[in-house]
Amino acid sequence: MSELSSALQRNAAELRGESLWRAALGRFSANRAAMGGLILLAMITAFALFAPLLSPHDMETNDWERIQIAPTLEQNHWFGTDANGRDLFVRVAAGARVSLAIGLITTIVSVLIGVVYGAIAGYVGGRTDQIMMRIVDVLYALPLFFAIIILVTIFGRNIFLVFAAIGAVEWLTIARIVRGQTLSAKQMEYVEAAKSMGAPTRRIIFRHIVPNVVGPVIVFATLLVPTVILVESFLSFLGLGVQEPSTSWGLLISQGTSSLDTAPWLLVIPAAFLAATMYAFNFIGDGLRDALDPKDDA
Amino acid sequence: MSREALLSVEDLSVEFKTRRGRVAAVRSVTFELAAGQCLGIVGESGSGKSQTCFAIAGLLPQSARTGGQIRFKGRELLGASRADFDRIRGREIGFIFQDPMTSLTPHRTVGAQLCEMLQHHESISGAAARQRAIEIMDRVQIPDAEARFSMYPFELSGGMRQRVVIATALILRPALVIADEPTTALDVTVQAEVLRTLRAVVAHAGTALILVTHDLGVVAGSCDEVAVMYAGRIVERAATDTLFRDPQHPYTRALLDCRPTLEQEAGSRLQTIEGVPPSPSSMEVPGCEFAARCPVVMPVCTTARPPLTQRRPGHAAACHQEQSA
Amino acid sequence: MSSPLLRVRNLRVEFALRGGQTLRAVDDLSFDVQPGETLGIVGESGCGKSTLARAILRLTPIHSGSLEFDGKRYEQLTPRQMQPTRRAMRLVFQDPLASLNPRWTIRDAVREPLEIFEPAMSRRERDSEVERWLDRVGLGAGYLARYPHELSGGQNQRVSIARALIGGPRLVICDESVSALDVSIQAQILNLLADLQRETGIALLFISHDLSVVRHISRSLLVMYLGRMVEYGAAADTFANPRHPYTRTLLDAVPIADPARERARRLATGPTVGEVKGEAGSTMHSLSGCSYRPRCRSATALCKITTPALQHGVACHHALTPSL
Repeated sequence: MSELSSALQRNAAELRGESLWRAALGRFSANRAAMGGLILLAMITAFALFAPLLSPHDMETNDWERIQIAPTLEQNHWFGTDANGRDLFVRVAAGARVSLAIGLITTIVSVLIGVVYGAIAGYVGGRTDQIMMRIVDVLYALPLFFAIIILVTIFGRNIFLVFAAIGAVEWLTIARIVRGQTLSAKQMEYVEAAKSMGAPTRRIIFRHIVPNVVGPVIVFATLLVPTVILVESFLSFLGLGVQEPSTSWGLLISQGTSSLDTAPWLLVIPAAFLAATMYAFNFIGDGLRDALDPKDDA
Repeated sequence: MSREALLSVEDLSVEFKTRRGRVAAVRSVTFELAAGQCLGIVGESGSGKSQTCFAIAGLLPQSARTGGQIRFKGRELLGASRADFDRIRGREIGFIFQDPMTSLTPHRTVGAQLCEMLQHHESISGAAARQRAIEIMDRVQIPDAEARFSMYPFELSGGMRQRVVIATALILRPALVIADEPTTALDVTVQAEVLRTLRAVVAHAGTALILVTHDLGVVAGSCDEVAVMYAGRIVERAATDTLFRDPQHPYTRALLDCRPTLEQEAGSRLQTIEGVPPSPSSMEVPGCEFAARCPVVMPVCTTARPPLTQRRPGHAAACHQEQSA
Repeated sequence: MSSPLLRVRNLRVEFALRGGQTLRAVDDLSFDVQPGETLGIVGESGCGKSTLARAILRLTPIHSGSLEFDGKRYEQLTPRQMQPTRRAMRLVFQDPLASLNPRWTIRDAVREPLEIFEPAMSRRERDSEVERWLDRVGLGAGYLARYPHELSGGQNQRVSIARALIGGPRLVICDESVSALDVSIQAQILNLLADLQRETGIALLFISHDLSVVRHISRSLLVMYLGRMVEYGAAADTFANPRHPYTRTLLDAVPIADPARERARRLATGPTVGEVKGEAGSTMHSLSGCSYRPRCRSATALCKITTPALQHGVACHHALTPSL
């Protein structure tokens, strides 16, 4: 088959090459849905960070004169107030900060642990791999919520517990993905080339294998963040997660359900934010998968 | 032209639209093929030889844009629907791909694949199909054809698999078979045998053959006529003997010279062609595409493209240079 | 005669297969490579030549046999002890694109050997070495920041060669290093290798299935078939007068770019249409006696009973006499 890729006769002027990452970025930015998701996420993040500056209210002050008022411009209660007269606008923003933080931090930690674990298991192989993956299998079998309930019972309610519990489960899938990718990356000729030079195992894993397996992990991680947020919301909904006076979308939704017939905005608005964030991450994740899968470039 | 050509390709162009812009794999190709004739198309990567064949067989992807004409048995092929091509391919035009491992379905026996080919185009019974299949397997020199009928591709060696592929291409007795690098993936001893078989079977059935390869040696032994392609165009076309004896185009000459042969003195410096072949994604140049690498380039070569002209009856070359002895 | 740079004796590489059988990929190989010379290893698929290359570099475990480099045995050394040998013996692969990490620049790729072998060297020194070697293989500084997928096969192979030569090896193993290249590019790379060999005095172990290329570049020749050596000697002699039937078959099969001679040869070797002798069996089912027996025209009963040993450079009971 004739070569249709690779430019050949470029002159030898010092040119910055287009790395595979750059090419992927190009493909991503051409994807409208993905860019839309990115912009949406940026807007939500901006909201989370800057809402307190825009609103005169804070999240705790009870305005007993304006309990459960619908969204209105009067008194700058743009999202209305809840049963205790607290402004929903700043509370939703506060909830956003918590939910997003939990989503991102937990995912990042899971990714770090999962990648290192999976790459080592996949590359070293043999007995070590067997043992490491059996551990993963056992942990996988533990139901997440039981584990969290047990932890909560032992250590009490703690926001860091939520981080830990979710992270403890999510790294498992990432480890599996990375191990699988590593098994095939291990066969690549450039790995063999490095071995022929006597490159130490550590170097091969972190400088050759990991950069080349990280693509699917990025996609997975992007789709993992909304899952984490959802789990956190559910936990908080059940009363096991974030505690007052902090708030999260889950908690807001939980509180909103009890006043659904009288003050629907208390449920609808936080739920809408949650849904929008999920959509955004999903579109971004899809876009990343298409961008990082270099099957075009004809 | 004394008889109507079986295949007539005129000013064929194949372009792809990609993220990086237009890629012109085939820029302008014109040739004819008579019934029973064997034409070899020789070229390096990026020459467009494979894409030319895909265009004839209707195997181009949807994103391809074609121009020009391809007349087969008097019928225009370009622009034919996928359904039309499905009917023509197999029945009238057989195609042999380079890699037998990927062109045969791994999970079906070779016999089943042959029969499937038959029964798709003709309505015959299973028993009759089996009979025909074993016959053709015999004809392509597969020993113990009956036993091998029920084998899976992975159970056969590379050369054997390629013979099965040849059988698949020939079983419907097409008028034309196109073989795209059919022996490149095979060991050299096997290659010799498979080529010999292909040539014999094709000659016996009166089928026309287009043999695409990068190896001039393959062409020397197997083809009546040779077309040399460079950068999406044919730069020389002649009867095999004539081409090797008296190449008219500098690229053909260079290609013949730069190969280490078993005759020349070992260790001597090889002739090379400076530079690299142009990629299909490079811009169209006003003059000859080979000018940048040509050892006998003249000023006119960079401004005017030399057309493919007859030097002698049956020998055409696209070069501004006067013919040399 | 100076002592050999590389000395391989009775090398055996086996793979365990499902069902308890063993595959003898490399079976009792012994040969030498002299400093500064080129040994060509030729054979078809399944002959074990790639396994041999990897065994020599200890990328594949060895079953038995000895490996000696520069007078020192190394088949049992620990990875740390192997380092100097690894620096002195390098490999250029077949697929130019696959042997370079796609996410590394060309500079990264060529610099890596120095990062491993010369940890004390400064970054600037390393970079200047990289530039020097890229230049010597014919690529300008403009390629430093590029990525492998942006270069052609020939250019990537030059990068591989630069990477193999940086750090000053004594022996370079080329495993089908020009097989994936266009003919015109192949010629460039072969000339480059010859030039570099002349300049640096390295020895080359050139593995290929392409006889014309091997003949062009090799001083000595080793022909392999199904893991065994069938012929070994000076390349010129072997090509002029092949003694093993397999070598003869290999030579006869090389397509000649001359229609008249190709036709003449076909007539001379006789019609083999209808006489396909079957192809290389697998080394799993080890036949008794000579493994080339099923394909050999000269095979007799003796060939079934006894495996021919290598004598005077050929392993055959009926070594061919020089043809006229």
